[in-house]
Amino acid sequence: MSEKVPLVDYLVLDGAPHLVAQECVECGARYFGRRNACASCEGSEFRPVDVPVEGELRAFTIVSHAAAGIPVPFVAGLVDCGGTSVRANIVNTPPDPEHVRLGMKVRLATTSLGEDSKGVEAVGFGFEPVS
Amino acid sequence: MAENVWILGIHMTKFGKHPTLDVVDLGAEAARGALKDAGLRMRDVQVFGAGNLRGPGGFGQLLQKQIGQTGIPVFNVANACATGATALRVAVMAIKAGEADVGLAVGVEKLSGVGLLTGNEQAKSDTWTPAGRVGAVAALDGRVGTDTMPGVFAQIGMEYGHRYGGTSFELFARIAEKNHAHSTLNPLATYQKRFTVEQIMNDVMIAYPNTRSMCSANCDGAAAAVVVSERKLRTLSLEQQRRAVKISASVLTSDPWSEGCQVLPDINTLTRAAADQAYEQAGIGPDDLDLVELHDCFATAELVHYDNLRLCEPGGAVDFFNSGVTWRDGKKPVNVSGGLESKGHPISATGIANIWEVATHLRGEAGDRQIDGARVGLAHVIGLGSACGVHILEKAAA
Repeated sequence: MSEKVPLVDYLVLDGAPHLVAQECVECGARYFGRRNACASCEGSEFRPVDVPVEGELRAFTIVSHAAAGIPVPFVAGLVDCGGTSVRANIVNTPPDPEHVRLGMKVRLATTSLGEDSKGVEAVGFGFEPVS
Repeated sequence: MAENVWILGIHMTKFGKHPTLDVVDLGAEAARGALKDAGLRMRDVQVFGAGNLRGPGGFGQLLQKQIGQTGIPVFNVANACATGATALRVAVMAIKAGEADVGLAVGVEKLSGVGLLTGNEQAKSDTWTPAGRVGAVAALDGRVGTDTMPGVFAQIGMEYGHRYGGTSFELFARIAEKNHAHSTLNPLATYQKRFTVEQIMNDVMIAYPNTRSMCSANCDGAAAAVVVSERKLRTLSLEQQRRAVKISASVLTSDPWSEGCQVLPDINTLTRAAADQAYEQAGIGPDDLDLVELHDCFATAELVHYDNLRLCEPGGAVDFFNSGVTWRDGKKPVNVSGGLESKGHPISATGIANIWEVATHLRGEAGDRQIDGARVGLAHVIGLGSACGVHILEKAAA
């Protein structure tokens, strides 16, 4: 089996793929990525917490014009995963307003970005409609 | 209580393509126009706030080298699309603090032909190498959501629709229809062309539901304001005093933490905070406003700011717009300049240009697009990241 790396360090590929947030121990605010302190309460202790893999689409846009090299159209959205907001593309569905709807239920899906020169595959994520 | 601050002179260049003028030329035109309007000279100015994002560094000093090097302090400021309002805040704060009686603020940008303003880029490598705060092995724009402004603000409008209902592609297009219709009366606007809702909806799609004509127009332009203390104003001619416009509130906020604000920018909370502070400072409420220039960088943004600026009941922005009140002949005219969608959005100039628009109506000098009897107006600007400027202006007592 080829080696895999996640697109971002908050995507965990071991076992069932899921996202991991950094939660402020003091106030519970959640973040993705490296932190210096909590922007909400100034606390400095964080613990990793698994983010639910299912959520609700709270906002989206269908991007038809993007920076050079980015394939369009694609759907960018904001997913509410049990109270944690997650930024992601909506995948595995046609990118049009008939198939992508506010409030629809979605779940995490992984996507391949391809292999690098050493044969390592990068794996990204998106959310797909729950049928 | 610090003393009142007044706009004594203000100027906005034509917005549009200025291929032969650089940022200093445009800034000089605006600054000298504002000084002439004020009846003052650079040697009278004691503090200078200078805003420009995409030109050479040290813009304020470069401008001084063309229009007057008098040794005064220059504050070169950067606050995304709120840069102009930030430059003005610097001058206002210096006057309120008693350190100056005369201040100048200039905002200028050259954006014609720049195209889409986009986000992050990542160095190319032939192996997946983690970098940055989230250990990304590739650029995230387009892979994990979008960094482009039309897409970000589209989501902000859609989120409002999800929360309160009533939004649609057509509703957002009708907001753009209003602003383009308004622009036909503004000779300084980049575009002065009316479009039907069908034309707007069938225009090139940028980021659903924002088509091209629902996006702010990239253009070149500058605006500048000369502000003075009340003490200084009372030493000037009656004509200068008559045309002076009172800054009843000058507020700048950044975004306080809210859940999800580092995922999708929350442009609502800081705008609400700025509006509330401004109304309190001015001692007036949204019902008193005769006109509003708000930051319609995209049609989807205008809708949420009706609510954020308290122009309607919470959650009531759709009904508020549908009632027709925000058209220029309505009870609460919004963006009679044509807004950023047609007037144009030279980012650092915008936060002073919106104040120029309101001040020009309060002076009764807005020509064909004059809102009759305008006495109080509000100018709002937002820079993503975020910074929000709200200014409330009042006509001088006769």
